[in-house]
Amino acid sequence: MVLYFEKRKALSKRVLVIVPIVSFLISLILTGILLLFFHTDPIATYRAMFKGAFGNFHALTETLVKATPLMLTGLGVALAFKLKFWNIGAEGQLTLGGVASAWMALFLGRSIPSPFLLPAVILAGVIAGALWAGVPALLKASLKVDETLTTLMLNYVAILFSEHLYYGPWRDPKGYGFPGTAPFPPAAWLPRFAGRAHIGLFFALFLALLLWFLLKRSRWGFELGILGNNPEAARHQGIPVARDLILAVLFSGALCGLAGACEVTGISRRLQQGLSLGYGYSAIIVAWMAQLNPLATVFVSILLAGLLVGGDQVQMTMGLPSSMGLVLQGMILFPLLAGNLFSEYRLRFRRDSSRLISFWRRERG
Amino acid sequence: MPPVFKEGKDDKMESDCRNSSATLVDLKGITKAFPGVLANNNIDLHLSRGEVVALLGENGAGKSSLMNILCGLYRPDSGEIHIRGEKVEINSPRDAANLGIGMVHQNFMLVETMTVAENIVLGLSDLPFLPDFKEIKNRIKELSSLYNLYVNVDDYIWQLSVGEQQKVEILKLLYRDVDILILDEPTAVLTPQESQDLNKVIKRLKQGGKGAIFITHKMDEVFSFADRVMVLRRGELVADKVISGTNPKDLANLMVGREILFRLEKKNASPGKEILKLCEVSCLDNRGLPALRSLSLNIRSGEILGIAGVAGNGQTELAEVITGLRRIKSGSLLINSLDISNCQPLTIIKSGVSHIPEDRISQGVVGDLSVAHNLAMKTYRDKPLTLAGILNPSRILERARVLIESFKIKTPSPLTRVKFLSGGNIQKTILAREIDSCKSLLIAAYPSRGLDVGATEGVRKELLSQRDQGKAVLLISEDLEELISVADRIAVLFNGEIVGEIPSSEASVERLGLLMTGVRE
Repeated sequence: MVLYFEKRKALSKRVLVIVPIVSFLISLILTGILLLFFHTDPIATYRAMFKGAFGNFHALTETLVKATPLMLTGLGVALAFKLKFWNIGAEGQLTLGGVASAWMALFLGRSIPSPFLLPAVILAGVIAGALWAGVPALLKASLKVDETLTTLMLNYVAILFSEHLYYGPWRDPKGYGFPGTAPFPPAAWLPRFAGRAHIGLFFALFLALLLWFLLKRSRWGFELGILGNNPEAARHQGIPVARDLILAVLFSGALCGLAGACEVTGISRRLQQGLSLGYGYSAIIVAWMAQLNPLATVFVSILLAGLLVGGDQVQMTMGLPSSMGLVLQGMILFPLLAGNLFSEYRLRFRRDSSRLISFWRRERG
Repeated sequence: MPPVFKEGKDDKMESDCRNSSATLVDLKGITKAFPGVLANNNIDLHLSRGEVVALLGENGAGKSSLMNILCGLYRPDSGEIHIRGEKVEINSPRDAANLGIGMVHQNFMLVETMTVAENIVLGLSDLPFLPDFKEIKNRIKELSSLYNLYVNVDDYIWQLSVGEQQKVEILKLLYRDVDILILDEPTAVLTPQESQDLNKVIKRLKQGGKGAIFITHKMDEVFSFADRVMVLRRGELVADKVISGTNPKDLANLMVGREILFRLEKKNASPGKEILKLCEVSCLDNRGLPALRSLSLNIRSGEILGIAGVAGNGQTELAEVITGLRRIKSGSLLINSLDISNCQPLTIIKSGVSHIPEDRISQGVVGDLSVAHNLAMKTYRDKPLTLAGILNPSRILERARVLIESFKIKTPSPLTRVKFLSGGNIQKTILAREIDSCKSLLIAAYPSRGLDVGATEGVRKELLSQRDQGKAVLLISEDLEELISVADRIAVLFNGEIVGEIPSSEASVERLGLLMTGVRE
């Protein structure tokens, strides 16, 4: 028997759906093997994780709490990735969004009338996130500076800057040394609708729809489609390449900044340590697993949020490290990246007793 | 099964060349099907030592599939492969290499940042950990002088011209003792001079007892290179003839299965007002060297100006300057009497300029988008395809259907991604889009490059019909016959300057050829 790859004559849409699901299953199996090393029953663990994430009302709201920032950053990352702009700076853009919101809430809270305070606070976060992403975009468009490096390094700048603020000048004097700012005035709190789940979730759902519509149906989305796949052809068609790229990345950063703004106004109601649980990095997995589709991002981020919450639960119920959820998340990425091969190639079998080799079969022309 | 005609080879000759020691390749009854297409149907191919076989056929006739089978990239569904009289199975390119089979692809497979010598030994399975480059270079030099393939072994690939890169590819095969060479459209990227050099190389290869198969759609190539020609049409072998027993007209008919008009019907031009005017335009190339030197030209509506010249004399830059893709250093550019020097590409597109770019894959289309979206890439901005910034998918689809129909683009559906189409149909897609949106000036850079006879004829007719509709056409081409038969005036570009301009009625290949080498009249 010989296994070999053959290029498909047309792109398989089915594969786009199957690959993320199979990747998730493979990740369950691989992590299951890991669990066996801990002398733990994988099935029981997964059951506990599922119950911990979706089993009751409280669990469900906690999952939605974590799904919100994942969804927003996932959308932001997916948009940038569509343009082959490898924005891995969602974490930094989220953090800086939180910082800007905190600044608005803490220092301008008194001068802004209360009905306008929350919108202003959120807007500050959105703008900060956009600008933070705008720096690498500008550098890329004008000087061709590699964005993977700049976005990644700006994460550390943003995170360390926020630490400096809540450990130093912004630390709450009445906070008993706890690293965090004073609480925001209640007018700057994002309303919650169930448990800790806040209306940021609805922002995220709305933005997923909006982004889907923009990419699929708007003139701008059409330009981005050309630009993302072949910038040279875009230039020949008179598309303002640099402008479109910068705009899209600003939008991407704005979504991440909004995630930060929602976290500080909806969950902690202050800027404090542990603003992000690595949402900005998990967003990369969300975006890939959703195949960069904004609507799929909604479902994927709920699933991955479930892993995070479920991971916390198995820590309590089974005595396992809570990072088990993160391990599961990471394990998804490998089969996922490998699996995307199948959208353009298919695996074929041929009876052949002579040798057992697999080959790349590439068709040209 | 449709009948296979084999002509021009009598039994006596057949027995002569099928003598086993001289036989290199014998393909017997090769059949290969892809979903929905029969790429090869029961094909026989024979190649002897010292023989050159041309594989002639339109785009999609099955030439590449057949050669990919010989190279181990595909496996046949049925049929046998015999190499030097022995039945073999070729499962991979490595198997093929071990059997002395090698291919020079149309787009070269060289590493730009490595030297000639490094590229030649790259991938050799028996290369020692620390290769003895002195010995390697000596062996390359030996091969170079044996086969007339002179290149500097220490040059980096990026320093070489396309013709020189091709020499490196051939040397790479010779270094591996390949004696069955497959060349995929070898002259498609070469200048006439380089083609002549290649012809000499092929003669040497024949003398050295090697055999070559080359894929082509150029008739002159067949007659200057090949001993025998095999014509494929839609996966069927329709003829296998010795060159002396055939002529271009017959072959062309066999290839397309219908009569071809080698001469285009052409009405006299009736030029109107001036559309394009370049005044003393100068610009730089990508390396910062002068590409155009005070170039002036003009085109009026209803006429075609042909630009002849050896590639690399400023043609690319000329098209880029007019479309706003390259900045002008001095001089001015007017379209419809409006100065558009250094305007944005979009401004120029809006002033009615369409452009069929030189490199259709990297500049002309977006492979991952559908045919319909590729067709809409110029007209999506305005009504009726867009209203208030929102696209109208059904209008886009409707428009695409009309264009697919009128330009005879072969695609399974308007929603098929362009990268799954053949080269000729990709070009038709670009042509359809650019002509559909063209309002006053059409710039066509090498529009029939790499296309089969039928598609080429279609492109040329379309250019003429645009002219007759009162548009100005700038046709940049390497094909002198094309320029003479299509253009009304021909300007020859040499070293960034126009060295001569002649009405095509007075032009001849000889006269243009002289100008192209910089000999002023």
